[in-house]
Amino acid sequence: MACAVSTDLIAHPLLGTALELHPQVALRPEPFGALAYHYGNRRLVFLKHPDMVCVARVLGQHESLAAALQGCGIAEARWPSFAKAFESLLQSHVVQARVVQARVVQQRGSR
Amino acid sequence: MSAQSLVAQLKTGLDAPICLTWELTYACNLQCVHCLSSSGQRDERELSTGEAKRMLDELRDLQVFYINIGGGEPMVRRDFFELVEYSVASGIGVKFSTNGAFIDAEKARRLAAMDYLDIQISLDGVDAVTNDAVRGVGSYDMARRAMDNLAAANFGPFKISVVVTRHNVPQLDQFKALADSYGAQLRVTRLRPSGRGVDSWGDLHPTNGQQREIYDWLMSNGEHVLTGDSFFHLNALGPSLPGLNMCGAGRVVCLIDPIGDVYACPFVIHDEFRAGNVRDDGGFARVWKQSDLFTSLREPQSAGACASCGAFDACQGGCMAAKFFTGLPLDGPDPECVGGDADEALARLAAQPVAVALKPRPAMDHTKPPRIPILQTAGRSAG
Repeated sequence: MACAVSTDLIAHPLLGTALELHPQVALRPEPFGALAYHYGNRRLVFLKHPDMVCVARVLGQHESLAAALQGCGIAEARWPSFAKAFESLLQSHVVQARVVQARVVQQRGSR
Repeated sequence: MSAQSLVAQLKTGLDAPICLTWELTYACNLQCVHCLSSSGQRDERELSTGEAKRMLDELRDLQVFYINIGGGEPMVRRDFFELVEYSVASGIGVKFSTNGAFIDAEKARRLAAMDYLDIQISLDGVDAVTNDAVRGVGSYDMARRAMDNLAAANFGPFKISVVVTRHNVPQLDQFKALADSYGAQLRVTRLRPSGRGVDSWGDLHPTNGQQREIYDWLMSNGEHVLTGDSFFHLNALGPSLPGLNMCGAGRVVCLIDPIGDVYACPFVIHDEFRAGNVRDDGGFARVWKQSDLFTSLREPQSAGACASCGAFDACQGGCMAAKFFTGLPLDGPDPECVGGDADEALARLAAQPVAVALKPRPAMDHTKPPRIPILQTAGRSAG
């Protein structure tokens, strides 16, 4: 059972992706989690659980979403729902895919 | 978390408001008959530039992401640009409402050059006849000129803000077409019996038949039109309109008026809904977090006379301000209850001269005194 679940997890592409909070997004802690405000598109998004907030805050320091989930001590059984939540945050540009360090350097050089 | 439990959370209040309106001044070049702040003359107790900046510092520390600036006409203040620039530089985005009188070509360019700034031009009719009857002679041309100037300056998608009245309900499609022609966004909001609206609401508010028209129109256009979530009383007509279906007063919304008084929402400028003043010890944060009024508004509210109505979950009993200023109990139906449940109470009130006389009036009236024409007859020979 646990094995089947974790196979599912690996199947979710976002879990292996390096993410970061969008640089134009600010988080404001609230009793239910946090408010995320995007200064660019002026959208307000609710992070509806304190665990979501923890993950969103540390995203940029981890090599993947899965690693960030682990860093916040989120049980693996909950990862699929987190992957889904971050997928929608990706769509609303609250978070964005992060380019790994080496490639950033390369890109800068080529510009 | 479901949408419903999010609303339940929001009703217990947030650490800081999401939607904060700051009326910069009671001074205005216009005197709209439905002005929710009874504006006209400047109040000499108005916050100074320094006080206003200190308040913005506080809002920055509370992480208020953006503020809605209004008035009066906010651009009347000499430090208007200074305050807007200070706010934006502090990370507080600004959306301001204006009648457009002061947006000439040069100001439009200055506004277009700023980041995190949204502009709402008020317009209550698609033609001068409809608009000027409510907003005053010349106000239609004034607003259109401002829109032309903003478009010429490439401001981008500004907003056209319409208060829906009995006279402009048939124009909703035309408002949308006008907004589209400018690449602007249309915003339509509910008329409240607040401010000078206390006296004009009876003649201006949409008829019961029009409520259905507004609802249907919003259902088919809602995603592209802003409403400030102000029409949730219409949700009793069918599936809920987009947005948060709740009264945010004192929970996620509040008003700071030109003299620093903090009210539960922009539509209840009355002592009963005044929570404190930003000049008090502890400033705005203390008022927001600790005032008795806001604490009580965050407690579960009684459905009262609406408890037995099947539509209560949908309409939430409607708007607190609308009930208050029409003299209705706060735990009963909205004066524009689509089920007609307030009709009897309103008729009863109207039939009692004492009840009419005792109806709450706004806390302050900044309406300019009427101009009395000076007769020039025999005076000249004396000079």
